[in-house]
Amino acid sequence: MLGRTLQEVSEALKQGLVTPTELCQRCLSLIKKTKILNAYITVSEEVALKQAEESEKRYKKGHSLGDLDGIPVAVKDNFSTAGIETTCASNMLKGYVPPYNATVVQKLLDQGALLMGKTNLDEFAMGSGSTDGIFGPVKNPWSYSKQYREKRKQKSHGESEDSHWLITGGSSGGSAAAVSAFTCFAALGSDTGGSTRNPAAHCGVVGLKPSYGLVSRHGLIPLVNSMDVPGILTRCVDDAAIVLGILAGHDPKDSTTIQDPVKPFTLPSLTDMSKLCIGIPKEYLTPELSSEVQSLWSKAANLFESEGAKVIEVSLPHTSYSIVCYHVLCTSEVASNMARFDGLEYGHRCDTDVSTEAMYAATRREGFNDVVRGRILSGNFFLLKENYENYFVKAQKVRRLIAHDFVNVFNSGVDVLLTPTTLSEAVPHTEFIREDNRTRSAQDDLFTQAVNMAGLPAVSVPMALSSQGLPIGLQFIGRAFCDQQLLTVAKWFEKQVQFPVIQLQELMDDCSSIFENEKLASVSLK
Amino acid sequence: MWTRAMCLGLRALAGGCRGFTSKADPQGSRRVTAELIKHLERLALVDFGSQEAVARLERAIAFADRLRAVDTDRVEPKESVLEDRCLYLRSDNVVEGNCAEELQNSHRGVEEYFVAPAGNISWPKLDEKESFSHTAE
Repeated sequence: MLGRTLQEVSEALKQGLVTPTELCQRCLSLIKKTKILNAYITVSEEVALKQAEESEKRYKKGHSLGDLDGIPVAVKDNFSTAGIETTCASNMLKGYVPPYNATVVQKLLDQGALLMGKTNLDEFAMGSGSTDGIFGPVKNPWSYSKQYREKRKQKSHGESEDSHWLITGGSSGGSAAAVSAFTCFAALGSDTGGSTRNPAAHCGVVGLKPSYGLVSRHGLIPLVNSMDVPGILTRCVDDAAIVLGILAGHDPKDSTTIQDPVKPFTLPSLTDMSKLCIGIPKEYLTPELSSEVQSLWSKAANLFESEGAKVIEVSLPHTSYSIVCYHVLCTSEVASNMARFDGLEYGHRCDTDVSTEAMYAATRREGFNDVVRGRILSGNFFLLKENYENYFVKAQKVRRLIAHDFVNVFNSGVDVLLTPTTLSEAVPHTEFIREDNRTRSAQDDLFTQAVNMAGLPAVSVPMALSSQGLPIGLQFIGRAFCDQQLLTVAKWFEKQVQFPVIQLQELMDDCSSIFENEKLASVSLK
Repeated sequence: MWTRAMCLGLRALAGGCRGFTSKADPQGSRRVTAELIKHLERLALVDFGSQEAVARLERAIAFADRLRAVDTDRVEPKESVLEDRCLYLRSDNVVEGNCAEELQNSHRGVEEYFVAPAGNISWPKLDEKESFSHTAE
């Protein structure tokens, strides 16, 4: 049951083939079994079971709230959850229990979803590996997959089983791992520079970054106000569409959400490809791109073309400056957003009581890790009076040029862009930590951050396994607020490539009870 | 067809030096002075803590300096991707408040007040402060 899609399980619940409590208990059991992944910071067992009980009552009466009623979900630990600790994987917020739910969390709960827990991340969502939080790094479930292990056995012998584990990517690594390991059916992440799409690609799941302004940021502890977007991680595109349909819409508590009416939607199946135009940005073909990813990208382009779509090369001329621009704007906004952490109203507070400023400084020294402090200091540098024009305003101007590049491309008739999501498949942790966080982010966010600067929707869809047995995903970028069209194309692609299911039997002691399929033969979808 | 195009593209790129992780232009990097360190620590109320952190800032600045190469003549800064839309403003009515529960997360509170140490004591004078930059010099 846990291996099914959200849609399938929802049907099974409605038909009474499984109860929310059973589903909840199996997920909780699986979370315990996959503890080694360190995907969860907080497992909200009591809350989830209580929600399951209530959901069950609703199903018995035939009054289910919708597709998400009784479905286990997980939430990244930088979304505020009332009564449940929200830490952002930082000492600064350890022990912080918000008195309110983030709007997106509230929407999930209003639909009857079961909150399994809060997932692990890089501290304050700064990073591309989910390795830099105070609760330790998240391990990629594929490290323990049959597919990867078999390939490794062929290569090296006598190595400790666990020493070569792979990163999930980041910063929403915990959410990606939670979905990939079947402990929930959907998870919330956040996406500022690729933080949802990057781990989605590395963990073999679908990672959607909606258009900026479509989904409320109220309750998402902010990093970069002009780029942050709540992200959605699921095991298939249809599931992402279901969740987006529930989360999207104007929120009076977030004035940057658009006021256009939004309705939940189902994705049509694409039959006539001749009207579709796919753009391939030539500047994304970089020397750093691994040959395997490049080859899959090429294969995907050929696939669209062979099915009748128009596939053309396009140019985003300012691509090479995109990551630099992102770096300046990101650190500047971060410097501003992190100023709220002073120990006074919430969060960590040091023992110094000499003066407010001494207290703030000591609190921040104790509460933030090196990565966060580094970004704050860089941001403050760019915002200095003497630097403001040359760095911050300059970056804002370059941002306009980058956004305009996309506008030009879409105006020329392109519907969707096809690009890699990451430079390569997930790397071992030992390799990842050889470079510092900033360098890694600059490398790993290459294909993803320009999308945040332009506010466009983008989705990473897993395509195939690498020669090492690890997932590689490709990214589709759509026009602003054309998320439905984007997902329609992504769904078609997903169906064509038939990405394999992760085989995690070795990780779990008794897998047979988790993956029993007998009951499901009779599940009928509409 | 695309495989061939990509191979050609890659060969063309190899000739140039448009690598994303190429070394920064030395003319763009600038040394971070002790005075700047103190200034930033004072503004951010966050300390560097090590020479490594200063080196990281220098690299970050060098990286950012690449923006100089972009021609932004007559280009307006872009603050928001939603600049063409009107920001939503709700009506000026009180709909929620009295959030006494907000106090539950503060470490020090008295009745309904947050308690802070004295605010009229200035940040320690520079020569008294234990900035690591002293030991570095």
